[in-house]
Amino acid sequence: MAVNREFVGRTFPPTEPYEVSRVKIAEFAAAIGDTNPIYRDRAAAQAAGHPDVIAPPTFAIVISMAGSGAALADPGLGLNYAMVVHGEQRFTYTRPIVAGDVLTAQVTLTDIRDVGRNVMLTSSTQLSTIDGELVCTALSTLVERGA
Amino acid sequence: MSDQVTYEGVEVGTELPVVSYPVTRLSLVKYCGASGDFNVIHWNDRVARAVGLPDVIAHGMFTMAQAGRFVTDWAGPKAAVTEFGVRFSSMVVVPDDDKGASIEVSGQVEEKLDDNQVAVALTAKSADTKVLTRARAVVRLP
Repeated sequence: MAVNREFVGRTFPPTEPYEVSRVKIAEFAAAIGDTNPIYRDRAAAQAAGHPDVIAPPTFAIVISMAGSGAALADPGLGLNYAMVVHGEQRFTYTRPIVAGDVLTAQVTLTDIRDVGRNVMLTSSTQLSTIDGELVCTALSTLVERGA
Repeated sequence: MSDQVTYEGVEVGTELPVVSYPVTRLSLVKYCGASGDFNVIHWNDRVARAVGLPDVIAHGMFTMAQAGRFVTDWAGPKAAVTEFGVRFSSMVVVPDDDKGASIEVSGQVEEKLDDNQVAVALTAKSADTKVLTRARAVVRLP
């Protein structure tokens, strides 16, 4: 099934607020094998000048995927997720994500185009606090491999 | 983890020595759970092969996370990553054995920017193949 080009330019509603917990950050850090204490020890994080434990940079994908996941799972888009691999990922951070942040993700599908037999989808996701502070912008390119 | 790097102390061109990070099927299962990305190609070789992959492959974001860890370990706890981007140029194939695969990350200080920021160019390889290209992080240092 072809990917529906009519989704280009569509901005999806912001996700439900996601509360960043110390436990989730520690779980994520453990999963990537990162033993840095600023991801699990509040005192160590504060000694380094952070208000609380911070998240590893790529933790932003957890929240941005909560937004883009809903968009990509939209049956109208027609994406075959088993054929999808990650093409490119870029983050711009205003500040580190900190335990206690309550963030929403709002995704815009910026482009869908054919590259050879593949289809490339690009999206831009803004992670903001519920008070409207932009914390991170995530630009993703996903590739649906041609059969 | 290294000591704190300072903006003053950083020199353009400095090579950051290679670090090897292991990745096993267990790593991927843990990453599935922690990230919420349960795409079957990251844990089920039957489906991975059925869709034309050589075997189960690591999440691109797992590889990116190793590159991120390389940068933050170098930069020290007071550094803040302000930009981080990669292109996934090849797959990290993770066999179902006790050894798994490895991702070798190295870097070079590329540029000193304004506002105490430093750009680091990154290289990541697995099985002698570049798995990341255009990989670059910008960190703000004390």
